[in-house]
Amino acid sequence: MHNKNNLKGWLYLLPALVFVGVFMVYPLIDVMVYSVEEGYNFASQSYNGVGLYNYSYVLHDPYFLQAIKNTFILVMITVPLSTTIALLISLALNSISKLKDLFQTIFFLPYVTNTLAVGLVFMILFKKTAYSDGLINMFVNLFGGRSIDFITGSYSAKMFVMCLYTIWVVLPFKILILTSALASVPKVYYSAAEVDGTGSFRTFYKITLPMISPMIFYLVITGFIGAFKAYSDEVALFGTDLNSAGMNTIVGYIYDMLYGNSGGYPSFASAAAIILFAIVLTITVINLMVSRKVAVK
Amino acid sequence: MKNRAKITKNAFIYLCLTLWAVIVLFPFYWMLLSSIKSYSSYNREYTPKFYATSPTLSNYADAFTSVPLSRYLLNTLIFTVITTAVMLIVITLAAFAFARLDFAGKDLVFTLFLALMMIPNELVIITNYVTITDLNLRNTFTGLILPSVTSVFYIYLLKENFAQVGDDLYKAAKVDGTSDMRYLLKVLIPICRPTMITIVILKVIECWNSFVWPRLVTDKQDHFLVSNGIQEIRESGFGRENIPAMMAAVVIISLPLIILFLVFHKKIMEGVATGGTKG
Repeated sequence: MHNKNNLKGWLYLLPALVFVGVFMVYPLIDVMVYSVEEGYNFASQSYNGVGLYNYSYVLHDPYFLQAIKNTFILVMITVPLSTTIALLISLALNSISKLKDLFQTIFFLPYVTNTLAVGLVFMILFKKTAYSDGLINMFVNLFGGRSIDFITGSYSAKMFVMCLYTIWVVLPFKILILTSALASVPKVYYSAAEVDGTGSFRTFYKITLPMISPMIFYLVITGFIGAFKAYSDEVALFGTDLNSAGMNTIVGYIYDMLYGNSGGYPSFASAAAIILFAIVLTITVINLMVSRKVAVK
Repeated sequence: MKNRAKITKNAFIYLCLTLWAVIVLFPFYWMLLSSIKSYSSYNREYTPKFYATSPTLSNYADAFTSVPLSRYLLNTLIFTVITTAVMLIVITLAAFAFARLDFAGKDLVFTLFLALMMIPNELVIITNYVTITDLNLRNTFTGLILPSVTSVFYIYLLKENFAQVGDDLYKAAKVDGTSDMRYLLKVLIPICRPTMITIVILKVIECWNSFVWPRLVTDKQDHFLVSNGIQEIRESGFGRENIPAMMAAVVIISLPLIILFLVFHKKIMEGVATGGTKG
Protein backbone atom coordinates (compact mmCIF):
# COMPACT_ATOMS: atom_id res chain seq x y z
CA MET A 1 0.00 0.00 0.00
CA HIS A 2 2.69 2.42 1.03
CA ASN A 3 4.78 1.49 -1.96
CA LYS A 4 1.92 2.08 -4.38
CA ASN A 5 1.42 5.56 -3.01
CA ASN A 6 5.09 6.27 -3.54
CA LEU A 7 4.76 5.40 -7.18
CA LYS A 8 1.63 7.49 -7.58
CA GLY A 9 3.27 10.58 -6.10
CA TRP A 10 6.22 10.36 -8.45
CA LEU A 11 3.86 9.71 -11.36
CA TYR A 12 1.96 12.96 -10.73
CA LEU A 13 5.28 14.75 -10.43
CA LEU A 14 6.80 13.15 -13.51
CA PRO A 15 5.85 15.73 -16.19
CA ALA A 16 7.15 18.59 -14.07
CA LEU A 17 10.32 16.66 -13.27
CA VAL A 18 10.98 16.01 -16.95
CA PHE A 19 10.53 19.66 -17.91
CA VAL A 20 12.54 21.00 -14.97
CA GLY A 21 15.21 18.35 -15.45
CA VAL A 22 15.72 18.86 -19.17
CA PHE A 23 15.27 22.62 -19.38
CA MET A 24 16.58 23.84 -16.01
CA VAL A 25 18.76 21.41 -14.07
CA TYR A 26 20.71 19.96 -16.97
CA PRO A 27 21.34 23.40 -18.55
CA LEU A 28 22.54 24.68 -15.19
CA ILE A 29 25.26 22.05 -15.02
CA ASP A 30 25.95 22.28 -18.71
CA VAL A 31 26.52 26.03 -18.67
CA MET A 32 29.32 25.59 -16.15
CA VAL A 33 30.87 22.87 -18.29
CA TYR A 34 30.64 25.07 -21.40
CA SER A 35 32.25 27.98 -19.64
CA VAL A 36 35.49 26.06 -19.04
CA GLU A 37 35.70 24.29 -22.41
CA GLU A 38 38.30 26.18 -24.41
CA GLY A 39 38.07 26.67 -28.15
CA TYR A 40 34.63 25.09 -28.35
CA ASN A 41 33.45 24.62 -31.91
CA PHE A 42 29.71 24.83 -32.36
CA ALA A 43 29.62 22.94 -35.66
CA SER A 44 31.72 19.94 -34.64
CA GLN A 45 30.84 20.24 -30.93
CA SER A 46 34.44 19.64 -29.95
CA TYR A 47 36.85 21.57 -27.76
CA ASN A 48 40.56 21.49 -27.24
CA GLY A 49 41.10 22.00 -23.54
CA VAL A 50 39.76 22.91 -20.16
CA GLY A 51 40.55 26.16 -18.38
CA LEU A 52 39.59 29.69 -17.66
CA TYR A 53 40.42 31.16 -21.07
CA ASN A 54 36.75 31.89 -21.86
CA TYR A 55 36.46 34.05 -18.76
CA SER A 56 39.64 35.89 -19.54
CA TYR A 57 38.52 36.46 -23.14
CA VAL A 58 35.17 37.85 -22.06
CA LEU A 59 36.70 40.07 -19.36
CA HIS A 60 39.11 41.55 -21.93
CA ASP A 61 36.51 42.01 -24.65
CA PRO A 62 35.87 45.78 -25.08
CA TYR A 63 32.25 45.01 -26.00
CA PHE A 64 31.78 43.21 -22.70
CA LEU A 65 33.40 46.03 -20.74
CA GLN A 66 31.11 48.49 -22.52
CA ALA A 67 28.13 46.27 -21.67
CA ILE A 68 29.20 46.13 -18.01
CA LYS A 69 29.55 49.91 -17.91
CA ASN A 70 26.14 50.47 -19.54
CA THR A 71 24.43 47.99 -17.25
CA PHE A 72 25.98 49.45 -14.08
CA ILE A 73 25.04 53.01 -15.04
CA LEU A 74 21.49 51.84 -15.81
CA VAL A 75 21.22 50.00 -12.50
CA MET A 76 22.67 52.80 -10.38
CA ILE A 77 20.37 55.42 -11.91
CA THR A 78 17.09 53.56 -12.37
CA VAL A 79 16.85 51.50 -9.17
CA PRO A 80 17.02 54.36 -6.63
CA LEU A 81 15.10 56.76 -8.86
CA SER A 82 12.26 54.40 -9.73
CA THR A 83 11.88 53.25 -6.11
CA THR A 84 11.71 56.85 -4.89
CA ILE A 85 9.22 57.92 -7.57
CA ALA A 86 7.11 54.83 -6.91
CA LEU A 87 7.08 55.66 -3.19
CA LEU A 88 5.98 59.25 -3.85
CA ILE A 89 3.23 58.17 -6.24
CA SER A 90 2.03 55.47 -3.85
CA LEU A 91 1.91 57.97 -0.96
CA ALA A 92 -0.12 60.32 -3.14
CA LEU A 93 -2.43 57.48 -4.21
CA ASN A 94 -2.93 56.43 -0.63
CA SER A 95 -3.93 59.89 0.52
CA ILE A 96 -6.88 60.19 -1.86
CA SER A 97 -10.13 58.26 -2.02
CA LYS A 98 -11.87 59.60 -5.12
CA LEU A 99 -10.56 58.21 -8.43
CA LYS A 100 -7.99 56.09 -6.58
CA ASP A 101 -8.97 52.92 -8.45
CA LEU A 102 -8.91 54.70 -11.80
CA PHE A 103 -5.42 56.13 -11.20
CA GLN A 104 -4.18 52.79 -9.93
CA THR A 105 -5.44 51.00 -13.02
CA ILE A 106 -3.92 53.55 -15.40
CA PHE A 107 -0.58 53.43 -13.61
CA PHE A 108 -0.46 49.66 -13.95
CA LEU A 109 -1.13 49.64 -17.69
CA PRO A 110 2.54 49.57 -18.85
CA TYR A 111 3.03 46.28 -16.97
CA VAL A 112 0.83 44.36 -19.41
CA THR A 113 1.93 46.00 -22.64
CA ASN A 114 4.56 44.65 -24.97
CA THR A 115 7.75 46.54 -24.12
CA LEU A 116 9.02 46.22 -27.67
CA ALA A 117 5.87 47.79 -29.07
CA VAL A 118 5.86 50.74 -26.68
CA GLY A 119 9.63 51.06 -26.98
CA LEU A 120 9.13 51.73 -30.66
CA VAL A 121 6.81 54.61 -29.77
CA PHE A 122 9.42 56.02 -27.36
CA MET A 123 12.00 55.73 -30.10
CA ILE A 124 9.78 57.76 -32.45
CA LEU A 125 9.04 60.39 -29.80
CA PHE A 126 12.75 60.93 -29.19
CA LYS A 127 14.21 60.30 -32.61
CA LYS A 128 15.58 63.12 -34.72
CA THR A 129 15.36 62.51 -38.44
CA ALA A 130 15.80 64.56 -41.59
CA TYR A 131 12.05 65.07 -41.77
CA SER A 132 11.36 65.98 -38.18
CA ASP A 133 13.17 66.63 -34.93
CA GLY A 134 10.52 64.63 -33.10
CA LEU A 135 8.05 65.56 -30.41
CA ILE A 136 10.43 65.67 -27.46
CA ASN A 137 12.77 68.00 -29.31
CA MET A 138 9.80 70.26 -29.94
CA PHE A 139 9.60 70.73 -26.17
CA VAL A 140 13.37 71.04 -25.90
CA ASN A 141 13.20 73.86 -28.47
CA LEU A 142 10.27 75.41 -26.66
CA PHE A 143 12.42 75.82 -23.57
CA GLY A 144 15.20 77.30 -25.64
CA GLY A 145 17.34 74.19 -26.05
CA ARG A 146 18.86 72.89 -29.25
CA SER A 147 17.53 69.67 -30.78
CA ILE A 148 19.25 66.57 -29.48
CA ASP A 149 19.59 63.25 -31.27
CA PHE A 150 18.51 60.90 -28.51
CA ILE A 151 18.59 57.63 -30.45
CA THR A 152 21.75 57.79 -32.56
CA GLY A 153 23.48 60.76 -30.93
CA SER A 154 25.74 61.19 -27.93
CA TYR A 155 26.22 58.54 -25.27
CA SER A 156 24.61 60.58 -22.49
CA ALA A 157 21.56 61.38 -24.62
CA LYS A 158 21.08 57.68 -25.39
CA MET A 159 21.63 56.74 -21.78
CA PHE A 160 19.03 59.32 -20.78
CA VAL A 161 16.33 57.75 -22.98
CA MET A 162 17.33 54.27 -21.88
CA CYS A 163 16.98 55.14 -18.18
CA LEU A 164 13.76 57.04 -18.77
CA TYR A 165 12.15 54.17 -20.65
CA THR A 166 13.36 51.63 -18.08
CA ILE A 167 11.81 53.67 -15.28
CA TRP A 168 8.55 53.95 -17.25
CA VAL A 169 8.53 50.16 -17.64
CA VAL A 170 9.40 49.17 -14.05
CA LEU A 171 7.25 51.69 -12.17
CA PRO A 172 3.86 49.90 -12.46
CA PHE A 173 5.06 46.89 -10.46
CA LYS A 174 6.68 49.04 -7.77
CA ILE A 175 3.67 51.32 -7.44
CA LEU A 176 1.37 48.31 -7.10
CA ILE A 177 3.48 46.68 -4.39
CA LEU A 178 4.03 49.90 -2.41
CA THR A 179 0.39 50.97 -2.62
CA SER A 180 -0.78 47.68 -1.15
CA ALA A 181 1.98 47.84 1.47
CA LEU A 182 0.86 51.34 2.47
CA ALA A 183 -2.78 50.29 2.57
CA SER A 184 -1.92 47.50 5.00
CA VAL A 185 -0.43 49.84 7.65
CA PRO A 186 -3.04 49.77 10.45
CA LYS A 187 -5.02 53.02 10.62
CA VAL A 188 -4.73 53.05 14.44
CA TYR A 189 -1.11 54.17 14.20
CA TYR A 190 -2.05 57.23 12.21
CA SER A 191 -4.93 58.10 14.55
CA ALA A 192 -2.60 57.81 17.51
CA ALA A 193 -0.05 60.05 15.81
CA GLU A 194 -2.76 62.59 15.05
CA VAL A 195 -3.94 62.64 18.65
CA ASP A 196 -0.35 63.24 19.75
CA GLY A 197 -0.12 66.07 17.25
CA THR A 198 2.75 64.47 15.35
CA GLY A 199 3.66 66.30 12.14
CA SER A 200 3.06 64.57 8.84
CA PHE A 201 6.72 64.25 7.93
CA ARG A 202 7.53 62.79 11.34
CA THR A 203 4.60 60.41 11.03
CA PHE A 204 5.95 59.24 7.70
CA TYR A 205 9.48 58.86 9.00
CA LYS A 206 8.59 57.21 12.31
CA ILE A 207 5.54 55.11 11.40
CA THR A 208 5.01 54.61 7.68
CA LEU A 209 8.59 54.05 6.63
CA PRO A 210 9.46 51.39 9.24
CA MET A 211 6.18 49.59 8.52
CA ILE A 212 6.76 49.36 4.78
CA SER A 213 10.55 49.03 4.83
CA PRO A 214 10.48 45.24 4.20
CA MET A 215 8.58 45.91 0.97
CA ILE A 216 10.99 48.68 -0.03
CA PHE A 217 13.91 46.33 0.47
CA TYR A 218 12.10 43.68 -1.50
CA LEU A 219 11.63 46.14 -4.35
CA VAL A 220 15.24 47.29 -4.20
CA ILE A 221 16.48 43.70 -4.36
CA THR A 222 14.18 42.65 -7.23
CA GLY A 223 14.87 46.00 -8.88
CA PHE A 224 18.63 45.35 -8.86
CA ILE A 225 18.14 41.84 -10.23
CA GLY A 226 15.75 43.05 -12.93
CA ALA A 227 17.91 45.98 -14.01
CA PHE A 228 21.02 43.82 -14.26
CA LYS A 229 19.12 41.64 -16.70
CA ALA A 230 17.98 44.52 -18.90
CA TYR A 231 17.90 43.71 -22.57
CA SER A 232 14.63 43.93 -24.53
CA ASP A 233 13.99 47.58 -23.63
CA GLU A 234 17.35 48.43 -25.18
CA VAL A 235 16.52 46.45 -28.32
CA ALA A 236 13.23 48.32 -28.57
CA LEU A 237 15.00 51.68 -28.48
CA PHE A 238 18.23 51.07 -30.36
CA GLY A 239 17.62 47.99 -32.52
CA THR A 240 19.14 44.52 -32.37
CA ASP A 241 22.70 45.60 -33.13
CA LEU A 242 23.37 46.99 -29.66
CA ASN A 243 27.15 46.66 -29.90
CA SER A 244 27.43 49.12 -32.76
CA ALA A 245 24.99 51.44 -31.01
CA GLY A 246 27.33 51.24 -27.99
CA MET A 247 24.33 50.52 -25.79
CA ASN A 248 24.68 46.79 -25.21
CA THR A 249 23.91 45.25 -21.82
CA ILE A 250 25.43 42.15 -20.19
CA VAL A 251 22.45 40.02 -21.20
CA GLY A 252 22.58 41.48 -24.70
CA TYR A 253 26.27 40.50 -24.89
CA ILE A 254 25.38 36.92 -23.89
CA TYR A 255 22.79 36.63 -26.65
CA ASP A 256 25.04 38.25 -29.22
CA MET A 257 27.71 35.66 -28.43
CA LEU A 258 25.16 32.93 -28.95
CA TYR A 259 23.25 34.03 -31.95
CA GLY A 260 23.19 36.30 -34.97
CA ASN A 261 26.11 37.68 -36.96
CA SER A 262 28.47 37.72 -33.99
CA GLY A 263 27.15 34.45 -32.55
CA GLY A 264 28.18 30.82 -32.46
CA TYR A 265 30.21 31.00 -29.25
CA PRO A 266 28.23 29.25 -26.52
CA SER A 267 31.31 28.93 -24.32
CA PHE A 268 31.94 32.70 -24.29
CA ALA A 269 28.23 33.23 -23.72
CA SER A 270 28.32 30.78 -20.80
CA ALA A 271 31.30 32.51 -19.20
CA ALA A 272 29.53 35.86 -19.52
CA ALA A 273 26.32 34.40 -18.07
CA ILE A 274 28.18 33.04 -15.06
CA ILE A 275 29.94 36.38 -14.52
CA LEU A 276 26.49 38.04 -14.62
CA PHE A 277 25.15 35.53 -12.12
CA ALA A 278 28.10 36.15 -9.81
CA ILE A 279 27.52 39.92 -9.96
CA VAL A 280 23.78 39.58 -9.27
CA LEU A 281 24.39 37.13 -6.43
CA THR A 282 26.98 39.41 -4.80
CA ILE A 283 24.71 42.47 -5.02
CA THR A 284 21.75 40.49 -3.65
CA VAL A 285 23.76 39.20 -0.70
CA ILE A 286 24.97 42.74 0.07
CA ASN A 287 21.38 43.99 -0.16
CA LEU A 288 20.17 41.29 2.20
CA MET A 289 22.94 42.08 4.68
CA VAL A 290 22.11 45.79 4.63
CA SER A 291 18.38 45.14 5.04
CA ARG A 292 19.03 42.84 7.97
CA LYS A 293 21.20 45.45 9.65
CA VAL A 294 18.56 48.14 9.21
CA ALA A 295 15.84 45.78 10.46
CA VAL A 296 17.84 45.00 13.63
CA LYS A 297 18.17 48.72 14.35
CA MET B 1 -7.42 78.28 7.40
CA LYS B 2 -6.43 74.68 7.97
CA ASN B 3 -9.18 73.59 5.60
CA ARG B 4 -7.80 75.76 2.83
CA ALA B 5 -4.33 74.30 3.27
CA LYS B 6 -5.83 70.85 3.00
CA ILE B 7 -7.66 71.72 -0.21
CA THR B 8 -4.48 73.14 -1.73
CA LYS B 9 -2.58 70.03 -0.74
CA ASN B 10 -5.25 67.79 -2.23
CA ALA B 11 -5.32 69.77 -5.45
CA PHE B 12 -1.55 69.44 -5.68
CA ILE B 13 -1.77 65.67 -5.16
CA TYR B 14 -4.41 65.30 -7.85
CA LEU B 15 -2.35 67.46 -10.18
CA CYS B 16 0.72 65.24 -9.72
CA LEU B 17 -1.27 62.05 -10.18
CA THR B 18 -2.90 63.41 -13.32
CA LEU B 19 0.49 64.45 -14.65
CA TRP B 20 1.84 60.93 -14.16
CA ALA B 21 -1.31 59.44 -15.73
CA VAL B 22 -0.68 61.61 -18.80
CA ILE B 23 2.94 60.42 -18.99
CA VAL B 24 1.76 56.80 -18.77
CA LEU B 25 -1.00 57.17 -21.34
CA PHE B 26 0.75 59.49 -23.78
CA PRO B 27 2.74 56.82 -25.69
CA PHE B 28 -0.51 54.95 -26.27
CA TYR B 29 -2.21 58.10 -27.50
CA TRP B 30 0.74 58.84 -29.76
CA MET B 31 0.77 55.36 -31.30
CA LEU B 32 -2.96 55.60 -31.98
CA LEU B 33 -2.67 59.11 -33.38
CA SER B 34 0.29 58.33 -35.65
CA SER B 35 -1.45 55.23 -36.93
CA ILE B 36 -4.34 57.25 -38.39
CA LYS B 37 -2.18 59.90 -40.06
CA SER B 38 -1.51 59.26 -43.71
CA TYR B 39 2.08 58.60 -44.79
CA SER B 40 2.35 61.91 -46.65
CA SER B 41 0.75 64.04 -43.95
CA TYR B 42 2.90 62.43 -41.27
CA ASN B 43 6.09 63.19 -43.14
CA ARG B 44 4.98 66.72 -43.94
CA GLU B 45 4.75 67.55 -40.24
CA TYR B 46 8.19 68.85 -39.36
CA THR B 47 6.65 69.87 -36.07
CA PRO B 48 4.43 66.97 -35.00
CA LYS B 49 0.75 67.80 -34.51
CA PHE B 50 -1.34 66.52 -31.61
CA TYR B 51 -4.30 65.74 -33.85
CA ALA B 52 -4.84 64.19 -37.27
CA THR B 53 -6.11 66.58 -39.95
CA SER B 54 -7.49 63.87 -42.21
CA PRO B 55 -7.66 60.58 -40.32
CA THR B 56 -7.34 57.43 -42.39
CA LEU B 57 -7.47 53.72 -41.73
CA SER B 58 -5.35 52.81 -44.75
CA ASN B 59 -2.30 52.16 -42.52
CA TYR B 60 -4.16 49.29 -40.92
CA ALA B 61 -4.78 47.75 -44.32
CA ASP B 62 -1.07 48.25 -45.10
CA ALA B 63 -0.07 46.62 -41.84
CA PHE B 64 -1.86 43.44 -42.82
CA THR B 65 -0.87 43.35 -46.49
CA SER B 66 2.76 44.45 -46.68
CA VAL B 67 4.01 42.44 -43.68
CA PRO B 68 2.68 39.02 -42.55
CA LEU B 69 1.08 40.54 -39.46
CA SER B 70 -1.83 38.07 -39.35
CA ARG B 71 0.76 35.27 -39.48
CA TYR B 72 2.59 36.76 -36.46
CA LEU B 73 -0.69 37.10 -34.57
CA LEU B 74 -1.76 33.55 -35.36
CA ASN B 75 1.67 32.18 -34.36
CA THR B 76 1.54 34.04 -31.07
CA LEU B 77 -1.98 32.77 -30.42
CA ILE B 78 -0.99 29.15 -31.08
CA PHE B 79 2.15 29.53 -28.97
CA THR B 80 0.26 31.18 -26.10
CA VAL B 81 -2.63 28.71 -26.02
CA ILE B 82 -0.53 25.54 -26.19
CA THR B 83 2.18 26.75 -23.79
CA THR B 84 -0.40 27.86 -21.23
CA ALA B 85 -2.47 24.66 -21.56
CA VAL B 86 0.51 22.32 -21.22
CA MET B 87 1.88 24.35 -18.33
CA LEU B 88 -1.46 24.21 -16.54
CA ILE B 89 -1.61 20.41 -16.74
CA VAL B 90 2.01 20.00 -15.63
CA ILE B 91 1.79 22.39 -12.67
CA THR B 92 -1.61 21.09 -11.50
CA LEU B 93 -0.35 17.52 -11.30
CA ALA B 94 2.86 18.60 -9.58
CA ALA B 95 1.10 20.93 -7.14
CA PHE B 96 -1.33 18.13 -6.26
CA ALA B 97 1.52 15.71 -5.62
CA PHE B 98 3.25 18.23 -3.36
CA ALA B 99 0.12 19.29 -1.52
CA ARG B 100 -1.78 16.02 -1.06
CA LEU B 101 0.21 12.88 -1.79
CA ASP B 102 2.76 11.30 0.50
CA PHE B 103 5.83 9.79 -1.03
CA ALA B 104 9.47 9.27 -0.23
CA GLY B 105 11.70 12.19 -1.18
CA LYS B 106 8.87 14.73 -1.47
CA ASP B 107 10.39 17.33 0.83
CA LEU B 108 13.77 17.07 -0.83
CA VAL B 109 12.33 17.57 -4.33
CA PHE B 110 10.19 20.48 -3.14
CA THR B 111 13.19 22.22 -1.59
CA LEU B 112 15.07 21.68 -4.83
CA PHE B 113 12.21 23.28 -6.77
CA LEU B 114 12.22 26.28 -4.44
CA ALA B 115 15.96 26.68 -4.97
CA LEU B 116 15.44 26.62 -8.74
CA MET B 117 13.16 29.66 -8.50
CA MET B 118 16.26 31.73 -7.90
CA ILE B 119 18.02 30.62 -11.08
CA PRO B 120 17.89 33.34 -13.74
CA ASN B 121 16.70 32.39 -17.20
CA GLU B 122 19.90 33.73 -18.77
CA LEU B 123 21.87 30.94 -17.19
CA VAL B 124 19.86 28.08 -18.69
CA ILE B 125 18.89 29.61 -22.02
CA ILE B 126 22.29 28.93 -23.60
CA THR B 127 22.07 25.16 -23.23
CA ASN B 128 18.38 25.16 -24.15
CA TYR B 129 19.31 26.94 -27.35
CA VAL B 130 21.92 24.29 -28.11
CA THR B 131 19.52 21.47 -27.17
CA ILE B 132 16.75 22.75 -29.43
CA THR B 133 19.22 23.36 -32.27
CA ASP B 134 20.64 19.84 -31.93
CA LEU B 135 17.16 18.33 -31.98
CA ASN B 136 16.49 20.19 -35.22
CA LEU B 137 13.61 22.00 -33.59
CA ARG B 138 14.54 25.53 -34.69
CA ASN B 139 11.67 27.27 -36.46
CA THR B 140 9.08 24.86 -35.07
CA PHE B 141 6.32 25.36 -32.54
CA THR B 142 7.68 22.44 -30.50
CA GLY B 143 10.99 24.24 -30.14
CA LEU B 144 9.27 27.47 -29.17
CA ILE B 145 6.93 25.88 -26.66
CA LEU B 146 8.89 23.17 -24.78
CA PRO B 147 11.34 25.34 -22.77
CA SER B 148 8.63 27.95 -22.15
CA VAL B 149 6.40 25.49 -20.27
CA THR B 150 8.56 25.19 -17.15
CA SER B 151 7.34 27.42 -14.36
CA VAL B 152 8.51 26.46 -10.90
CA PHE B 153 6.98 29.53 -9.33
CA TYR B 154 3.44 28.68 -10.42
CA ILE B 155 3.82 25.14 -9.04
CA TYR B 156 4.68 26.74 -5.72
CA LEU B 157 1.77 29.20 -5.91
CA LEU B 158 -0.77 26.49 -6.74
CA LYS B 159 0.61 24.08 -4.16
CA GLU B 160 0.09 26.69 -1.43
CA ASN B 161 -3.49 27.13 -2.62
CA PHE B 162 -4.20 23.39 -2.80
CA ALA B 163 -2.78 22.93 0.70
CA GLN B 164 -5.26 25.46 2.09
CA VAL B 165 -8.19 23.20 1.22
CA GLY B 166 -9.01 21.27 4.39
CA ASP B 167 -8.07 17.67 5.13
CA ASP B 168 -11.66 16.67 5.93
CA LEU B 169 -12.79 17.08 2.32
CA TYR B 170 -10.02 14.77 1.16
CA LYS B 171 -10.76 12.21 3.89
CA ALA B 172 -14.49 12.28 3.09
CA ALA B 173 -13.68 11.69 -0.57
CA LYS B 174 -11.41 8.79 0.39
CA VAL B 175 -14.15 7.22 2.53
CA ASP B 176 -16.53 7.47 -0.42
CA GLY B 177 -13.97 5.64 -2.50
CA THR B 178 -13.21 8.60 -4.77
CA SER B 179 -9.92 8.25 -6.61
CA ASP B 180 -7.21 10.89 -6.24
CA MET B 181 -7.62 12.01 -9.83
CA ARG B 182 -11.35 12.40 -9.40
CA TYR B 183 -10.86 14.35 -6.17
CA LEU B 184 -8.43 16.65 -7.98
CA LEU B 185 -10.75 17.23 -10.94
CA LYS B 186 -14.09 17.45 -9.12
CA VAL B 187 -13.17 19.07 -5.81
CA LEU B 188 -9.78 20.72 -5.75
CA ILE B 189 -9.74 22.41 -9.16
CA PRO B 190 -13.23 23.97 -8.80
CA ILE B 191 -12.34 25.31 -5.34
CA CYS B 192 -9.00 26.72 -6.48
CA ARG B 193 -10.28 28.13 -9.75
CA PRO B 194 -9.59 31.79 -8.88
CA THR B 195 -5.88 31.09 -8.38
CA MET B 196 -5.72 29.02 -11.53
CA ILE B 197 -7.35 31.79 -13.56
CA THR B 198 -4.83 34.27 -12.18
CA ILE B 199 -1.97 31.96 -13.16
CA VAL B 200 -3.42 31.54 -16.65
CA ILE B 201 -3.74 35.29 -17.17
CA LEU B 202 -0.20 35.96 -15.96
CA LYS B 203 1.17 33.22 -18.22
CA VAL B 204 -0.78 34.55 -21.21
CA ILE B 205 0.74 38.00 -20.67
CA GLU B 206 4.21 36.44 -20.38
CA CYS B 207 3.72 34.40 -23.57
CA TRP B 208 2.32 37.28 -25.59
CA ASN B 209 5.27 39.49 -24.69
CA SER B 210 8.03 36.90 -24.89
CA PHE B 211 10.87 38.03 -27.08
CA VAL B 212 14.25 36.56 -26.19
CA TRP B 213 13.55 32.85 -26.59
CA PRO B 214 11.55 33.19 -29.85
CA ARG B 215 14.31 35.42 -31.22
CA LEU B 216 16.91 32.74 -30.49
CA VAL B 217 15.06 29.79 -32.02
CA THR B 218 13.27 31.37 -34.96
CA ASP B 219 14.85 33.12 -37.90
CA LYS B 220 12.15 32.53 -40.48
CA GLN B 221 9.15 34.83 -40.59
CA ASP B 222 6.61 32.01 -40.72
CA HIS B 223 7.38 31.20 -37.09
CA PHE B 224 7.85 34.73 -35.75
CA LEU B 225 5.84 35.82 -32.74
CA VAL B 226 4.56 39.39 -32.46
CA SER B 227 7.57 40.75 -30.58
CA ASN B 228 9.94 39.44 -33.25
CA GLY B 229 7.48 40.69 -35.84
CA ILE B 230 7.74 44.22 -34.44
CA GLN B 231 11.52 44.03 -34.53
CA GLU B 232 11.40 42.75 -38.10
CA ILE B 233 8.95 45.50 -39.10
CA ARG B 234 11.19 48.07 -37.49
CA GLU B 235 14.32 46.88 -39.20
CA SER B 236 13.02 46.08 -42.68
CA GLY B 237 9.26 46.17 -42.66
CA PHE B 238 7.49 48.94 -44.53
CA GLY B 239 10.31 50.40 -46.49
CA ARG B 240 11.92 53.64 -45.45
CA GLU B 241 10.44 55.36 -42.45
CA ASN B 242 6.81 54.43 -42.93
CA ILE B 243 6.07 55.22 -39.32
CA PRO B 244 2.25 55.43 -39.57
CA ALA B 245 2.05 51.85 -40.89
CA MET B 246 4.50 50.76 -38.19
CA MET B 247 2.33 52.38 -35.54
CA ALA B 248 -0.78 50.67 -36.95
CA ALA B 249 1.00 47.32 -36.54
CA VAL B 250 2.03 48.27 -33.01
CA VAL B 251 -1.57 49.17 -32.14
CA ILE B 252 -2.87 45.85 -33.45
CA ILE B 253 -0.22 43.93 -31.52
CA SER B 254 -0.85 45.81 -28.27
CA LEU B 255 -4.63 45.65 -28.44
CA PRO B 256 -5.29 42.05 -27.30
CA LEU B 257 -3.40 42.53 -24.03
CA ILE B 258 -4.93 45.93 -23.37
CA ILE B 259 -8.41 44.41 -23.77
CA LEU B 260 -7.42 41.52 -21.50
CA PHE B 261 -6.22 44.06 -18.95
CA LEU B 262 -9.36 46.20 -19.12
CA VAL B 263 -11.54 43.13 -18.53
CA PHE B 264 -9.43 41.48 -15.83
CA HIS B 265 -7.53 44.41 -14.29
CA LYS B 266 -8.62 43.59 -10.71
CA LYS B 267 -7.53 39.98 -11.07
CA ILE B 268 -4.27 40.80 -12.82
CA MET B 269 -3.25 43.37 -10.23
CA GLU B 270 -4.16 41.04 -7.36
CA GLY B 271 -2.24 38.23 -9.01
CA VAL B 272 0.88 40.30 -9.55
CA ALA B 273 0.69 41.64 -6.00
CA THR B 274 0.53 38.13 -4.47
CA GLY B 275 3.06 36.79 -6.94
CA GLY B 276 5.25 39.73 -6.00
CA THR B 277 5.13 39.25 -2.24
CA LYS B 278 5.85 35.57 -2.59
CA GLY B 279 8.43 35.76 -5.35
